[in-house]
Amino acid sequence: MQLTNRSKKIDKSEMSLAERMYLPAIASGMAITLKHFFKKKPTINYPEQKRYLGPVFRGHHILKKDEAGRERCTACGLCAVACPAEAISMVAAERKSGEEHLYREEKYAAVYEINMLRCIFCGFCEEACPKQAIYLRHDEFVPVFMSRER
Amino acid sequence: MPITADKIWYILTALTLISALAVILVRNPMYSVLSLVLTFFLLSCHYFLLNAQFLGVVNMIVYAGAIMVLFLFVVMFLNLREYREETKNNLTKIGAFVMGLAILGAIIASIRRLQYPMPPSEQFNIKTGYVETLGDLLFRDYLLPFELVTVLFFIAMVGAIIIGKREKGERHF
Amino acid sequence: MDIFWIKAIIVLVIFGLSLVVAMYSTWAERKVAGYMQDRPGPNRAGWGGLLQPLADAGKMFFKEDFIPAQANKWLFIAGPCLAMLTALLSSAVVPFGDTIIVGSDEVQVQGIEVNIGILWVFGIVSLGVYGVMVGGWASNNKFSLLGAIRAASQNISYELAMGLSLIAIIMMTGSLSVRDIINTQHGGSWNLLYQPLGFIIFLTCAFAECNRTPFDLPECEAELIGGYHTEYSSMKLGFYLFAEYINMFVSSCVVSALYFGGFNYPFMDKVAEALGTDATGHNIATAIGFGVFFAKALFFVFFFMWVRWTLPRFRYDQLMNLGWKSLIPLAILNIVVTGIGLMFEIRWFSWVAVILIVGVALVQAALKPKAARGILEAAPVR
Repeated sequence: MQLTNRSKKIDKSEMSLAERMYLPAIASGMAITLKHFFKKKPTINYPEQKRYLGPVFRGHHILKKDEAGRERCTACGLCAVACPAEAISMVAAERKSGEEHLYREEKYAAVYEINMLRCIFCGFCEEACPKQAIYLRHDEFVPVFMSRER
Repeated sequence: MPITADKIWYILTALTLISALAVILVRNPMYSVLSLVLTFFLLSCHYFLLNAQFLGVVNMIVYAGAIMVLFLFVVMFLNLREYREETKNNLTKIGAFVMGLAILGAIIASIRRLQYPMPPSEQFNIKTGYVETLGDLLFRDYLLPFELVTVLFFIAMVGAIIIGKREKGERHF
Repeated sequence: MDIFWIKAIIVLVIFGLSLVVAMYSTWAERKVAGYMQDRPGPNRAGWGGLLQPLADAGKMFFKEDFIPAQANKWLFIAGPCLAMLTALLSSAVVPFGDTIIVGSDEVQVQGIEVNIGILWVFGIVSLGVYGVMVGGWASNNKFSLLGAIRAASQNISYELAMGLSLIAIIMMTGSLSVRDIINTQHGGSWNLLYQPLGFIIFLTCAFAECNRTPFDLPECEAELIGGYHTEYSSMKLGFYLFAEYINMFVSSCVVSALYFGGFNYPFMDKVAEALGTDATGHNIATAIGFGVFFAKALFFVFFFMWVRWTLPRFRYDQLMNLGWKSLIPLAILNIVVTGIGLMFEIRWFSWVAVILIVGVALVQAALKPKAARGILEAAPVR
């Protein structure tokens, strides 16, 4: 009984003279490598060339604001519950009077952290969010360095 | 200052003597073997200086290249950190000294008698040491001794193979 | 100009060329490896990664030069020096081209022309193992020692087959001088056409002598970490690796000189005639010959890399069996067959040996029932 049917049966009989000469086998092997030598390389030279990512690509996380520029997140914690890698943590805070133009609801996330070493970019947080606050950009990777520009 | 053959000869001889002395004076056997290699190499240079190129290169290949590699091979397997002094007591030292003196005396006595005729320089053939001349000599004038030596080597080779052969029931790992 | 200075310039040029070729071999090795594995290889430093060797050298020089506390310090330093020295010495007798005419002097494009040229290469190659052995022993490390011992026994074993395969060439030429061997191949009668078996044996042994894959057991990473250069770092390691590439270049030169006609190329007489017999014409013809020789040598450098990125490594007992039980008997057979051929003045006679072996192989393959393959699955797995 085999798991896959791809395993090969090993022939342990004595090698014939042609096989013991190695040379035919070496020549065929070298023909294969030479064929690959002249093949077109599939490499994408990353910083200069970029691959088309597609509309459903899950990249850099952002917390969105609504049309009036107020933060949508209410620190409900559903994203943290949904996260399979347990990467999300947050600290909730209450909105003070006079801050209505900053936060849409009475509660907001004072600290919202995603541990990027744990995140697996599954997008479950985006699906779980009832306020459409967290979003994984489809056009941008997470920045490689520590930069927070833009 | 022109570089002449006799100046090179003096330098080469000095180097050869130093490295040959190092073989017996140095305590670390590894250094001994390496200076022996150097000695063989310098001897080859002496052959080159005498225009005996074939002899020089063969000396280099056979002694420096093959035999000394095997020497080094053996020395590398030994544990050199433990230098055993007790094998050299006074009696063996005195014996070695006397033997050495006797051999030195024998060499001096034989060299003193030696009359080495210098060939006149105008008759000297520059191709004396070349491989063609050597081949002519070996395969024409000295054919029988040459063939006898090959038989001797052949016997030695067969013997080495028989010694190294795996015997029945013997196991190697 | 004095003939001494012309010779000095030629020697310096050969020396510089072998260093530059070795330097760019490191780049080419990585590039070839990349291309054969469907990737572009180094391409960041300079156009097409051409400055990569300089970057590597810079890296090597700035790394910490570490000597293990229990190592034998002097021999540890002497190891890479010896490797480099022996690698550079062997190119002295390789004739890179015909003669050049400067003023009234005709100078050969070669380090020195001696009548034992090929034996000189052979002797230096046999000394080459000391660099590896001394370095491996001085590291005071079991893996290095094993690598050194492997290198020594491998070199001794393959030197024999190499020497025996050379004897057939020497018998056909009647001279040990590399220049004479090249000159007898003038007019398209390359030794490859008369010595196919000898060529294969020589090439295999050249791989083994250069410690190149599939014979790179002295530095076998899978078993010995880094082999003899496990403990080496910085430019000392660089010297070892560099010496390997110089050896590769020199052995490529020797292979193309011995079997591929050296600086001879088809219709070279007509080209020389068209260029004229005066000094300029002669020098241009020599330059073309030099270029041809170089192209042949560089092809073999590529061949070394090609084989490296195709074949897996041999096991040590397979290596020894191949050397002692296959190559040496085949080389002796080649000598005997060539000798018979020379006796009856048939130069291509050593093809008989090849035809004989191939014939036996074909007959055996035809006689062997095809169904015998692949039905032995019930055989006990040990």
